Amino acid sequence: MAIWIEEDAKVLVQGITGKQGMFHADKMVEYGTQIVGGCTPGKGGQTVELQGKPFPVWNSMTEAIMETDADATVIYVPPPFAAEAIMEAADAFDSVKGEGVIVCITEGIPTLDMVKAVAYVYNRPGVRLIGPNCPGIITPGESGGAKIGIMPGHIHAKGRIGIVSKSGTLTYEAVAQTMSIGEGQSTCVGIGGDPVNGTGFIECLAAFEADSQTEAIVMIGEIGGNAEEEAAAWAAENVTKPIVGFVAGATAPPGKRMGHAGAIISGGKGTAEEKFAAFEAAGIACAKDPSELGSVLLESLKKAGLR
Amino acid sequence: MNIHEYQGKELLRTNGVPVLEGVHCKTVDEALAAYDKLNSKVVAVKSQIHAGGRGKGNLYSPESGDLVMEGGVKIAFSRDEVKTYSENILGNILVTIQTGESGKLVRNLYIESGCDIAHEYYLALLVDREKKSVMIMASTEGGMDIEEVAHNTPELIHRISVDPNSGLMGFQSRDLGMALGMSGKSLKSFMKMLAKMYNMFVSNDCTMVEINPLVKTGDDDIVALDSKVSFDENAEFRHNNWDEMRDLSEEEEVEIRAKESGLSYVKLDGNIGCLVNGAGLAMATMDVIKLYGGEPANFLDVGGGANEEQVKTAFSIILEDPNVKGILVNIFGGIMRCDIIARGVIAATEALSLDVPLVVRLAGTNVDEGKAILAESTLNIHPADDLAEGAQKIVSLIGGGV
Repeated sequence: MAIWIEEDAKVLVQGITGKQGMFHADKMVEYGTQIVGGCTPGKGGQTVELQGKPFPVWNSMTEAIMETDADATVIYVPPPFAAEAIMEAADAFDSVKGEGVIVCITEGIPTLDMVKAVAYVYNRPGVRLIGPNCPGIITPGESGGAKIGIMPGHIHAKGRIGIVSKSGTLTYEAVAQTMSIGEGQSTCVGIGGDPVNGTGFIECLAAFEADSQTEAIVMIGEIGGNAEEEAAAWAAENVTKPIVGFVAGATAPPGKRMGHAGAIISGGKGTAEEKFAAFEAAGIACAKDPSELGSVLLESLKKAGLR
Repeated sequence: MNIHEYQGKELLRTNGVPVLEGVHCKTVDEALAAYDKLNSKVVAVKSQIHAGGRGKGNLYSPESGDLVMEGGVKIAFSRDEVKTYSENILGNILVTIQTGESGKLVRNLYIESGCDIAHEYYLALLVDREKKSVMIMASTEGGMDIEEVAHNTPELIHRISVDPNSGLMGFQSRDLGMALGMSGKSLKSFMKMLAKMYNMFVSNDCTMVEINPLVKTGDDDIVALDSKVSFDENAEFRHNNWDEMRDLSEEEEVEIRAKESGLSYVKLDGNIGCLVNGAGLAMATMDVIKLYGGEPANFLDVGGGANEEQVKTAFSIILEDPNVKGILVNIFGGIMRCDIIARGVIAATEALSLDVPLVVRLAGTNVDEGKAILAESTLNIHPADDLAEGAQKIVSLIGGGV
């Protein structure tokens, strides 16, 4: 088992005929992801060549899901149209099979578009949204696996550590740290750095807690909002598996947006200090430097009798 | 993106939210003409900068640094007072609790009619990250620092969440107005005003509209006496009028230039420049520099697919800061290949004849090729295997902390 995405998940690509969509679809096929086609309105009936093989393109997500029985979709649609792509996918998954996972990679979607899209997804309880502005989700397999997003597949290996993070490259850093102590990953989820997003930390922690393959969790937060604090408080009550944490932005000045739309300390709230304190209060083992995540994780595994 | 009070008021006015009559001025003569035109016994002379706390701020001379006047917002009872206050404000530096010690040069004024105030309220519309919806927040304690009110008397702050599917409902506005103690005519005007303000918030892609104070007049009318409006930059593509509302003099010029090159840059006060891919890793790099005794000079995210030209621009932006004594490059290659970054780093250091120590940490895609390229170069580049090693190296190369 893994969370939400099995190794052999069938995946569609929205925006597959665009430059970004095609580039990453090719990388996903190369990794071993079971891409079953894509959707670009107006280009239905065409095919796209990925790793030397043709893949079908549909005009609508409803048609694409009916034809392929896809489990998930990944969105590489430009910001002005991305929220609508999320809603189209949500509606199609809900009406065709009652469930599905939507991964939105796009950065720069207007916040109020996301407010609408998230409410739309929440009204379809079988549908899960990951992102936007995230690297995606990956469940490494024995050989290949399901890489749904833009992360470099080759740094991962199948294992028992679940990773959840707001940041892309910092997730890769966490992956490399688990590998440095000889541990692989069950599933890695990038929840994204936007102020309004789909799946949050708590849902990931709950899924990792319930997943039999996952034995420990790495949680990476960053300044802004209070999702980390809420997740820590929730974990203290509900998670029995060891958690290792890091929060980026201890040196960020207040009132300044640090790259991610959501990474801002406003009104003195959302600081790394508060988040680290909440982690520690919840019994989460913290690394003050991401290069120490491996050693902190190793210690936590030993303490839990897992090494 | 922030706009000035006078621009916010214009937006409120065109969206049907009651505001007082006022005129935007850039000179003392314009301010006097505005006073004559407004024909109001009392006018407010208001400094226009992108920071709060103007009323309690102080104005200083940019040449001598001497205090010119206390208070960046003044009530004038005569033409002479308008002249004095305008002279004291325009061209001087306003320092408020939000500007930092260096303050901001005031280039714009707003002259506004007076009104008869019966009560001052606080009102704000903003995006609530937790509830993932627009939140409306109001308090009877207007004109005060809302964070203080939230801290000392949280029960005096009332909040409603708007369901994006239904929009703001009448009962919600009524509940909020009643919680503020309104009834009769004032409650009616409040509800009408709030509906219009919510529509303005949504149709203009605002991230915040803060009115402090919102006032009830002696005639039970509801009027926005101040305005602080921010827009969501992600929505710029559908708002053609933002460009002309943007006051570039209120923003950091170098940050704008970085953005135009696809880089995200924030200047800080330290002496170690950083060049990183990804916002989270860029923050973590700053944190680790500090952890090992250094001080980061900047936040800089080159993004996921930077090319050689962007790396060069990033270096030149970092080096514009005279405080920079060393640079740490930290790249975890995903889409971005380490060999391309390594070539970019070499090209940039040669083109800019870099003369400060440079530590480069590469990981991820094509890391071995990247490292080999750096090792072959005759330039003085110090390699590092992980972030901690990179930070320690650069801190020791510049001779410790700041």
